[in-house]
Amino acid sequence: MKKILDTGNAACALAVKAARVDFVAAYPITPQTSVVEKLAGYIAEGKMNAKYLPVESEHSAMSAVAAAAAAGARVFTATSSQGLLYMHEILHYAAGGRLSLVMANVNRAVCAPWCLYVDHQDAVSQRDTGWIQLFAASTQEIYDSIILAYKVTEKIHIPVIVNYDGFLLSHSMMPFETVDQDIIDEFLPPFEPAWRLHPQWGGTFGNVTPAENYAPFRHSLAADIRKAGEVIEKIAREFEKLTGHWHGGLFDAYRTEDAEFFLLSMGSMASEMELAVDILRDKGIPAASIRLRVFRPFPAEELSRLLPDGARLLVFDRNYAFGTEGGVLLAESKAALFNRKDDIKVVGRAVGLGGEDLPADFLAEKAREMMEVLK
Amino acid sequence: MNDRSIYPLSQPVKGAGGKTGSWRTAKPVIDLEKCSGCLLCWLFCPEGCIGKNDRSIDYAYCKGCGICGAECPKKAIVMVKEEQR
Repeated sequence: MKKILDTGNAACALAVKAARVDFVAAYPITPQTSVVEKLAGYIAEGKMNAKYLPVESEHSAMSAVAAAAAAGARVFTATSSQGLLYMHEILHYAAGGRLSLVMANVNRAVCAPWCLYVDHQDAVSQRDTGWIQLFAASTQEIYDSIILAYKVTEKIHIPVIVNYDGFLLSHSMMPFETVDQDIIDEFLPPFEPAWRLHPQWGGTFGNVTPAENYAPFRHSLAADIRKAGEVIEKIAREFEKLTGHWHGGLFDAYRTEDAEFFLLSMGSMASEMELAVDILRDKGIPAASIRLRVFRPFPAEELSRLLPDGARLLVFDRNYAFGTEGGVLLAESKAALFNRKDDIKVVGRAVGLGGEDLPADFLAEKAREMMEVLK
Repeated sequence: MNDRSIYPLSQPVKGAGGKTGSWRTAKPVIDLEKCSGCLLCWLFCPEGCIGKNDRSIDYAYCKGCGICGAECPKKAIVMVKEEQR
């Protein structure tokens, strides 16, 4: 274990190197660029035994890593914003193909208007592609989540996106602890795919399929991704045992004791939310923060379990689900709690779009506005 | 490969898509007198319906796309409308 001071993108690249990835294909985009720059550097300098394929677009990057994964390689790519949107078609292919893939998405607002700074519209727009989506809130969590994501994807054959906020996490420096290579090698043995594309096998994958065969694939993906939450939590515990690193299970909860108001958010906003909770608590308001770490599969039952009878859930979305009353987390939380018989109430706001600054006092003020609405 | 409804894998089998010859509106007819045996038709046929040795055409699966006829440098393959049979 070694403690270093560096950026989120550096932590991501170090984790990819430590995971002994075989193949990287990527197209640079702000604020992801320094991840793939670093990886290209490691490979060029011989510090990482992998093939780097510079491609002409994100559509090609995802196509290349999906194909390499189908051939049995441990693969990585990274993107942001418009790049993720451009991958959309192949995201479905990768999940439907049950490929083991890990991608970092450095969250950034989507056009138009053009904006380089953080929000979560890029990630939530890929909600229904069948990928697992994790959200990190610190440099350490980025590092650990990348390594955990490989273990998860290779166990259940569903691709994983590790999301972290552009600039706030990708470019600001924070101390974090790297894990010794022998521990990572123990945690993450060489990838043994269930099948691989190979000329000697002579088969194909993802070929044209009639409904009677198509439907079972989709049903099994739907069922398996719902079970993924349990797998993620179990693997996170296994990682904790080896490294001592723990960021919470599906949620990271803060000051939930005797709480009445629960402030739900994800990404770096959720770290600031803990300070907002302190401000509210100082004023005698029984507030708590719950940080969603696993956006897909959405941990509906776990959310309900966290909230006592009559709880007030205040949802902070860094995105919009256009055509609904607010963001994606608001709609999902309401759906998750719909069958509750108690007097639970949910309200939400979309904040922090396009990198709008979210200091703790602002979040506390927003929370108080939402409490007024619920009165 | 243990569970077919998890991984969408397949291996090519002759006729897996049914007798696709029924889709045809025109059929290629080869004149072996004119044919020089260059095998461009065999190379271009997207369905593998032309025999490499005897240049016979497998009408059970030929969809009648006409690529063989278009590629033939000797004009030895002509497309004949199915109604005119």
